[in-house]
Amino acid sequence: MSDIGLPASVEALRRVREDPHRLGHHAHGAREPVTGAGHGATGPAQKRIIVGYGFWIFLLSDIVVFSCFFAAFAVQRGETAGGPSMAEIVDVRRVVFETAALLLSSYTCMLSFASTNARSRLWTEVFLLVTGLLGLVFVLLEVQEFVELAGRGITPQRSGMLTAFFGLVGLHGLHVTAGGLWLATMMAQVLIKGFRREIVHRLICFNLFWHALDIVWIGIFTIVYLMGSIA
Amino acid sequence: MSNLESDRDLYAGPLNDLEDHAPGDEPPEEESGHWVRNANLGLGFSIVLTASAFLLAGSHVIYAPAIPVALIVLAIAQMGVHLVFFLHVTTGPDNTNNVLALAFGILVVFLVVGGSIWIMAHLKQNMMPAAQLMQMQQ
Repeated sequence: MSDIGLPASVEALRRVREDPHRLGHHAHGAREPVTGAGHGATGPAQKRIIVGYGFWIFLLSDIVVFSCFFAAFAVQRGETAGGPSMAEIVDVRRVVFETAALLLSSYTCMLSFASTNARSRLWTEVFLLVTGLLGLVFVLLEVQEFVELAGRGITPQRSGMLTAFFGLVGLHGLHVTAGGLWLATMMAQVLIKGFRREIVHRLICFNLFWHALDIVWIGIFTIVYLMGSIA
Repeated sequence: MSNLESDRDLYAGPLNDLEDHAPGDEPPEEESGHWVRNANLGLGFSIVLTASAFLLAGSHVIYAPAIPVALIVLAIAQMGVHLVFFLHVTTGPDNTNNVLALAFGILVVFLVVGGSIWIMAHLKQNMMPAAQLMQMQQ
């Protein structure tokens, strides 16, 4: 760049220099919108912000779907129709392991994204792999739980409470499984295509998805398992 | 713009990478340090909150009827930790849309869950006991 900028860009430069991290607090200088954030007349937002926003809308609608299943469980939790109650089918030890696996996978997912930002292909792949393996542990534990319950004759047909229970927990397990498949394709894409812009955008979306699943699991282990075990 | 004259070095020096991009284009990412720091903080808070939830559920440390409320409070706190440290919902200008969408999502979730529980509890209260209902059907 030349050592003298165009007068029109000076204002934009000043804003960036005075607020390099775009915190928008305007400790000093003008109280105008920040460039790149998509506000006012500062031009369109960056693509990654728009992509993240669109996927965020999808995630929120997914969470609304989960909230319907939560509502169904909350309404049906006492309707055991003479069958086993929640307290009889909860194995808190397994839930501890499931929670630990999912929480750690959220952590390694975050580390993979840090590696993506450092543009390290090796560490991105390593942390994505660890994330996937922890997700697999979670899914296997859940399958084991369902098989064990089915072996004791506890199936979704038994009572309204069990229908809601299997629906809610099963839907979450299905999401984790789908997320695992997505993760595998992301690993292949990073391996073959590298950190192209659209690949990074997909990695951002995958991260959001995986963390959102963990948020839903917080609701499940609290409301379904822990509150079920003490009721 | 007179700033150009008054402070040449500050406003007209060579551009750094964060500045040298067109609208719609992206500046390169910052270094990964603060992501790792955020992840560590998030994991730390999550472990404390989750562990206390599991310990609380199986213990008699606090007044028993208060345990469900405590569990819900811990769960909401942990969701907040996830939103801030893992999902990076911030107060920054690039996040205002995300925060507004989140607020709307929370509203819908509360309407669905709270409304269902409320309506169904009233319905159940107004319904005839099952045995009596069976008798009427005969």
